[in-house]
Amino acid sequence: MPTINVDKAELYKALAQEYTTEEFETLCFEFGIELDEDTTNSERPIINGKQEAPQLKIEIPANRYDMLCFEGIALMLNIFREKTPLPNYRLVAPKSGKLQTITIHPETMKVRPYVSGAILRNVTFTQEAYDSFIALQDKLHQNLARQRTLVSIGTHDLDTLKGPFTYEALPPKEISFIPLNQTKKMNGEELMQFYENDKHLGKYLHIIRDSPVYPVIFDSQKTVCSLPPIINSDHSKISLKTKNVFMEITATDRTKLEIVNNIMVSMFSQYCAEPFTIEPVKIISEHNGETRQTPNLKPRLAEVEVDYVNSCCGLEAKPQQICDWLTKMCYTAKPSSKDENIIEVLVPPTRADVLHQCDIMEDVAIAYGFNRLPRTSPNKASTIAQPLMINKLGDIVRMEAAMAGWSEVMPLILCSHDENFGWLNRTDDGKTAVKLANPKTAEYQVVRTSLLPGLLKTIRENKKHSVPIKVFEVSDVAFKDLALERKSRNERHFAAAWYGKTSGFEVVHGLLDRVLLMLKTAFLTHEEGLEGKKLDYEVKEDPSKPDGYWIEEIDEPTFFSGHAAAIYLRHNGKQVRIGEFGILHPTVLDKFELRYPVSTLEINLEVFL
Amino acid sequence: MATGHHGRQGDLPSEILQLLSKNDPILSSEAFPSQKSGDVKGALDRLASRSMIRYETIDREEAILEDEGVDIEANGSHEARVFEALRKAVEGLTVKELEAAIGDKKAASVGQGKAFKSKWITKAKDGRLVASTDSIQDTTREQLQIIQKTRTHPDPKVIADLKKRKLVKMQKVISFKVHKGPKFALEMVKEETDLTADMLASGAWKTAAFKPYNFRSLGADQNAGALHPLNKVRHEFRQIFFEMGFEEMPTNRFVETGFWNFDALFVPQQHPARDLQDTFYISDPKIADKPHAETEDDKADYEAYWNNVKDVHQEGKYGSIGYRYPWAEDESLRLVLRTHTTAISTAMLHKLASKKGPDGRPPPARYFSIDRVFRNETVDATHLAEFHQVEGVIADYGLSLGGLMEFMQIFFSKMGIEDLRFKPAYNPYTEPSMEIFSFHKGLNKLVEIGNSGMFRPEMLEAMGLPKDLRVFGWGLSLERPTMIKYKVNNIRELLGHKVDLAFIERNPAVRLEKT
Repeated sequence: MPTINVDKAELYKALAQEYTTEEFETLCFEFGIELDEDTTNSERPIINGKQEAPQLKIEIPANRYDMLCFEGIALMLNIFREKTPLPNYRLVAPKSGKLQTITIHPETMKVRPYVSGAILRNVTFTQEAYDSFIALQDKLHQNLARQRTLVSIGTHDLDTLKGPFTYEALPPKEISFIPLNQTKKMNGEELMQFYENDKHLGKYLHIIRDSPVYPVIFDSQKTVCSLPPIINSDHSKISLKTKNVFMEITATDRTKLEIVNNIMVSMFSQYCAEPFTIEPVKIISEHNGETRQTPNLKPRLAEVEVDYVNSCCGLEAKPQQICDWLTKMCYTAKPSSKDENIIEVLVPPTRADVLHQCDIMEDVAIAYGFNRLPRTSPNKASTIAQPLMINKLGDIVRMEAAMAGWSEVMPLILCSHDENFGWLNRTDDGKTAVKLANPKTAEYQVVRTSLLPGLLKTIRENKKHSVPIKVFEVSDVAFKDLALERKSRNERHFAAAWYGKTSGFEVVHGLLDRVLLMLKTAFLTHEEGLEGKKLDYEVKEDPSKPDGYWIEEIDEPTFFSGHAAAIYLRHNGKQVRIGEFGILHPTVLDKFELRYPVSTLEINLEVFL
Repeated sequence: MATGHHGRQGDLPSEILQLLSKNDPILSSEAFPSQKSGDVKGALDRLASRSMIRYETIDREEAILEDEGVDIEANGSHEARVFEALRKAVEGLTVKELEAAIGDKKAASVGQGKAFKSKWITKAKDGRLVASTDSIQDTTREQLQIIQKTRTHPDPKVIADLKKRKLVKMQKVISFKVHKGPKFALEMVKEETDLTADMLASGAWKTAAFKPYNFRSLGADQNAGALHPLNKVRHEFRQIFFEMGFEEMPTNRFVETGFWNFDALFVPQQHPARDLQDTFYISDPKIADKPHAETEDDKADYEAYWNNVKDVHQEGKYGSIGYRYPWAEDESLRLVLRTHTTAISTAMLHKLASKKGPDGRPPPARYFSIDRVFRNETVDATHLAEFHQVEGVIADYGLSLGGLMEFMQIFFSKMGIEDLRFKPAYNPYTEPSMEIFSFHKGLNKLVEIGNSGMFRPEMLEAMGLPKDLRVFGWGLSLERPTMIKYKVNNIRELLGHKVDLAFIERNPAVRLEKT
């Protein structure tokens, strides 16, 4: 959520009311914004030798682009408090009747195809309004415009330029101008180098850097206005003295382009000599049929069903009553003359967040007050509770392990590639583990395929604990599985580890016996007919043989030779290796920085479902 | 200094008993002046635990001679030695001769000054030093002799003066005053520490003396197993869900697609949550299939669903104007680690759309899950790349916000949380969205305890659910309420391999309703 800092005294002046912090907090809470901090009683920075005036830091929901500046917050709260109606934004053509134009060249399709524009005439900026104007552009760039990738705004002193304008795309070397607040003329290539390490602008260069052509806005004299989305030219920069503001907005997303234009002009047209008037700009874009006049400030007509609103809110309000509430949320609404279940709602250009009647329904609930809405019983239909079977099975094993004197641990599911493979003397065949593309640290490279790394790391971090340490975990690992839509699957495992002065091999073996006994699985001895038979790991069916489990010595590098066994299960006639236990190989202990012997056990629980 | 037979520890208790049979009480400082007080106490404790004796501890200070004090006590004060040397020499002595006679230059020099002052000696006309009286009283030596013998002096001023002169120092001494106890005897009886099967068999328990049990210590360590505190809280939440008729969702699936994790929830493809900064993407395996049925009984039309989701984002549908951007299939087929369990809720609701209740429409349903989710966060005290999400979903016809708030009230009151407040909020897949707050007495402010809302029609109708079937969803993390409740400040002390095993072993049973 973006946080907007506003001058407390100025805001209360705009609201024509003084609030205590608590009162203002309540107002924010009801409206759905959040007072993060009132700096009145905190240490405030000294700026230009003067201590900063008390600020209110207000958190704005991510979809309310119309409240990302002082002007928007004051306006929306005043409308909510029924102090002002929504301004009537008007498009006013110049006296000559001739609009400024921006002609788009087809080459821009290769890099940033859309442009929009607007002009604010006879503006009077105070320092505060000017700062807010700049800050809003920045907030829009960060949020809605996704770091300028989708949309970027250029504002200019129109009196330094001469229309009509063109929006072109040229090879970088053919664009040459003095960038904003610089003194040296540079071409597109030089500019990229110049700003490469710039703290502020460096992060935007990638948006166009590798494109064969860079977008550029020219006036009729071929004066560069801007190189979007990077920087404006110094020539046309605006200042406190600027009277006529020319705005050009470029984009890769045509919907967000017009949202940004609408927000900018609706917030700052109040500083025009004739407030809330905007001079439109004609966009000429014949090649892609985007020729039009911008901005389009016409409210959108939405139809809202009265019974839907009433049912969702638990109210029985008359259509006119709902219309009155909607006024507080900056809509203009009236009951339809054709259908008494319909309200015709005009959604203002500032409310780009309204997509569906559910958004308007929510605003009815806010206007009424969430916490005042009539409460109803939540029990409409009765439903039947049901645990997930693998969780129920897992809980049985957890309880049995704890009752046997083992402590449950919860390590992380993500781990490094080494922890999952190399450190356990296991090799990655490339077909097993799910790997992450963008981890911030090497701790998170793969989704674990075994519970052992987590257990061993937990022991490593608890070496001050008295020995023996007996820990276990019942949780999921994940494997690649290309047959499935999501190309992977989870598997519920049970694993335990013993750490002590002796190996604990028999203890871990005993835990296996205990848990399998509790899972009603018999131990099959070799005398019962399995001795000497080499088993495949694949599932085989042989209903003639009894169900149960048995173990067979294995020689795998994870374990100390001669002290490890695979665990086999025959269940419902199917035979499968479900896991293994053994004394860990000393080289594994070394990797996990363990000084005493460790025996581990790990089995797949899914087969017991 | 210790005498031979006193040094043998084993004899001490019987020596005490012997002495006590003659004198009652006895003072350990007198009876065993050279025994270490620790040894004496050990012997006394053994006897006292059998009630053969009782004793009081006496703390007192003793005066001990410093090195110089020892010298004076043995040889006399410096001035006395000067006087004695001069008295013996009838002709008197020169300073040099005096030094030689005493054999200690410093003592001679200090002693001269004091002897002059006391008028014990004088200078003869020839400059030699001579005694000026026949006899003197060496008070200092006498005082030190008394202290050496009694470890104190009747006149406290004397001790204070000698301390100032660095001739004596004070030392703390513990001694004991020992009396006969109710079971006093000259012989120590063997005491049994435990009742054994052998004693029952032989009847020895009838005559045996039992050592008293120490009721001031803890019992034996149980070497007990333990469940993880976070899982104990999870169990409580699960019980609450079961009490309220919820079915547990199959959240045993960490890997999701952009489609199920975001697109199907009407989260636009440019939404910041889908940034590399926030979501873990999968590099291997590379790309997902388009949604399709994976079991025989799944008859849902996934193709239609896919297209509905595409349309509602790109052009708008179901009365929504949509986000109006070119929706990319590739983005939807990217594999991610689920950022929320709502990806599973979505799949469950999509399945619900093909179910038929008695009236031929999808039946009302209640689902829940508590499972791990993944965020590409920078790790700090309150953030880990993994945590547990508690999620509930209620699908029913004609649900209202008042019903959702009432449900939340009941749900949270089962954890002892009352007086909820609901704040309008924004979430891309719920509208209305309500943040749930509760007043926290300890922090003295409203704290956010969860998020809730009604799923958007763009999400539900794309699945084929009827327009009047509304769905509540809410979620909270498992870690946050646990941290608040058990005053854990760092999430790494609760989840992951750095958790202290002692914390797991000693964490009490969880009863959420107890505040």
